[in-house]
Amino acid sequence: MRRILVLAWAEVLHVVRDRATLAQVLVVPVIQLIILSNAATFTVRDTPALVIDHDHSALSRRLTADLAASGRFAVSSAASYQQAEEALLSGGTTLVVTIPGGFGASLARTRAAAVQLTINAEKGSAAMVVQGYARAILAQFTAQAGGAPGAIDVRERAWFNPGFNYQHYMVPGILVSLVTLIGTLLTAQNIAREKELGTLEQLNVTPITRAQFIIAKLLPFWVLSMLIFAIGLGVGRAVFGIPMQGSLPLLCAIAGLYLLVALAMGLLISTIVDTQQQAMFVTFSIMMIYLLMSGLFTPIDSMPAWVQLLSDATPIKHFVIVSRGILMKGAGLADLTRPLVFLALFAAIMLPLAVLLHHKRSA
Amino acid sequence: MSALRGLLYKETLHILRDTRTFTVVLALPVLQVLLFGFAIRTDIHSIRLAVVDPRPDAQTLALRHRFEAGGLYQVVAVTPSRDDLEALLVSGRAQQAIVFEPGFAEALGRADAPQLAVITDTSEPNIGASMQNYARLVIQAFERDAAPARQASIRVVPQVRLRFNPTAESSNLFVPGLMALVLTLISALMTAITIAREKETGTIEALLVSPLRPWQVIVGKVGPYLIIGFASVIAVLTVARLVFHVPLEGSVTLLLAEGLLFILVSLSLGVLISSRTSSQRVAMMGALLGTMLPTLLLSGFVFPIESMPLPLQIVSNAVPARWFVEITRGIMLKGVGLTELWRETLILGGMALVLLTASVRSFHARLD
Repeated sequence: MRRILVLAWAEVLHVVRDRATLAQVLVVPVIQLIILSNAATFTVRDTPALVIDHDHSALSRRLTADLAASGRFAVSSAASYQQAEEALLSGGTTLVVTIPGGFGASLARTRAAAVQLTINAEKGSAAMVVQGYARAILAQFTAQAGGAPGAIDVRERAWFNPGFNYQHYMVPGILVSLVTLIGTLLTAQNIAREKELGTLEQLNVTPITRAQFIIAKLLPFWVLSMLIFAIGLGVGRAVFGIPMQGSLPLLCAIAGLYLLVALAMGLLISTIVDTQQQAMFVTFSIMMIYLLMSGLFTPIDSMPAWVQLLSDATPIKHFVIVSRGILMKGAGLADLTRPLVFLALFAAIMLPLAVLLHHKRSA
Repeated sequence: MSALRGLLYKETLHILRDTRTFTVVLALPVLQVLLFGFAIRTDIHSIRLAVVDPRPDAQTLALRHRFEAGGLYQVVAVTPSRDDLEALLVSGRAQQAIVFEPGFAEALGRADAPQLAVITDTSEPNIGASMQNYARLVIQAFERDAAPARQASIRVVPQVRLRFNPTAESSNLFVPGLMALVLTLISALMTAITIAREKETGTIEALLVSPLRPWQVIVGKVGPYLIIGFASVIAVLTVARLVFHVPLEGSVTLLLAEGLLFILVSLSLGVLISSRTSSQRVAMMGALLGTMLPTLLLSGFVFPIESMPLPLQIVSNAVPARWFVEITRGIMLKGVGLTELWRETLILGGMALVLLTASVRSFHARLD
């Protein structure tokens, strides 16, 4: 026990004395959390839109006004499609609404009229969102212009995020990814560095056992990562007002379990590499997989079936589900069985593996 | 000049001898584009629906059937009471639920407008909004058939045209951005620790006492990696064309030239980080935090730049990948040429120049 504490204390001193690292580790995540959560949003606000009004009727003017009043689009008018096409090509506009001549008359006579929406689909998911909003505004316009009430009284309820707030969804995810990134990288790089400097051999000739060595290396980084997680939660609450529907102690307990897995990953990386450069490369690749396949930015449900299977192998996916579940949906233990089983499995496999793969003699 | 040649030769040997890193650098971008090209999608191809139907009748069965008929909805649970809904949605087993009131068919028959609650998990707002939209379409179609007499209301029919990506294929949208991301990471990482490593191992002193000028050291560090980076560009483009069938409307030569320019910018960024930091640890964290997340989030690759708050839109101008994403999408999807892209190209060129100059200046020819 004493050996563990001494070695752990040495690690703490290393981290605390290295001001540059400490600042990077404690301050940068908070700044990143604030900035990136603002960046990671699909919310459509003031998207440039062009209206070509060939009709000039009261109804067409009202449709234009409705588009502008929604706050989703910054509406300006274009005289011809030629002009709109140029704006589309240069990226100056995302949506072109063409109201054909006789729009108002046709609505009055046949009760139906067409409107053309041309969307710059180059911008990916934004295009789908823009289309959704444009359709919603059209539907509203139709209803006000004399649509009859439907045969069914449909009541829509938006659960877990009634305000459609994107940040409430993204902040927990980004926080988890930042903590993972820092925890994994610090651990991986730490041992790789000892290898490079040759100080690992000094440790190897001491009577410390492999398990003691691994625990002593993990402990300080685990505490540090938990600290970052707690700070991040506080910032998320204070700055973004993220909901906290579920039990915080439960979230912290699962975070503790998850961080063991994340740090064990770092240890595993460090055992298979020789230099810090390699450690960084491997960590980067794994982080890319974590970030892009964990359902953090794009929904898991949209992935092909074989990728969904692969994504189960990324521990971060399960913790993202847990964090969003507890914070947004108020999930309890019973709702989180599946991700918890996965996390426990990862911990049960990866920690012993890290101990086993760490050899005390050089090959 | 022969000193520069010597350094270039030495760096090349460094790269070639560390075969593990060399393989990783060449294979990684291709593997990543392959995997993530499949993984990053936003289209909704199935929705898990829960149905609360206290007293099933002909009309509720008809509507349930209509939901399933389109192929989009999968009914995962049918329960008689609302009590089970909470657990179904919280655990994510269901994403959306419809709740009928008892006596649905009778009310519909009396033209009484029976209530139908549509509950949607909107924790992810866009997916949520889309799911609401899909449910609305199904219900409207059902209303038209169940109560045709009411169809005197007016209709505005939107005809939607998606320009530059008519099928709204996810891979067309994401693969060009993915290329920028993968290339930034690989190049910034390669150079980020080269100088820091020389400082840590002490070999920097050998470089300092050599007749090499600072700019020669920087050129010597960047040069060899430029060739590897260019090989990655070609490999990644091949994958994009052959596997994902991303269109290539514009000129290949221009695309390759822009790729080379972008690699140069990323390598210079790495060298700058490297020359300003004292240890590999700081350099690594700097490169990781300074390139990965900003490139991922601020380049417009996944999240549209227009959606960001104004200050971040301004910041995004400083992210090289943002301009490269615009260039690749422009050339590949829209088929535009230099006449439309001169501004982006000029900005990337300017960035390379500034970053290289800054690296040369911060590379002091003496130890402190």
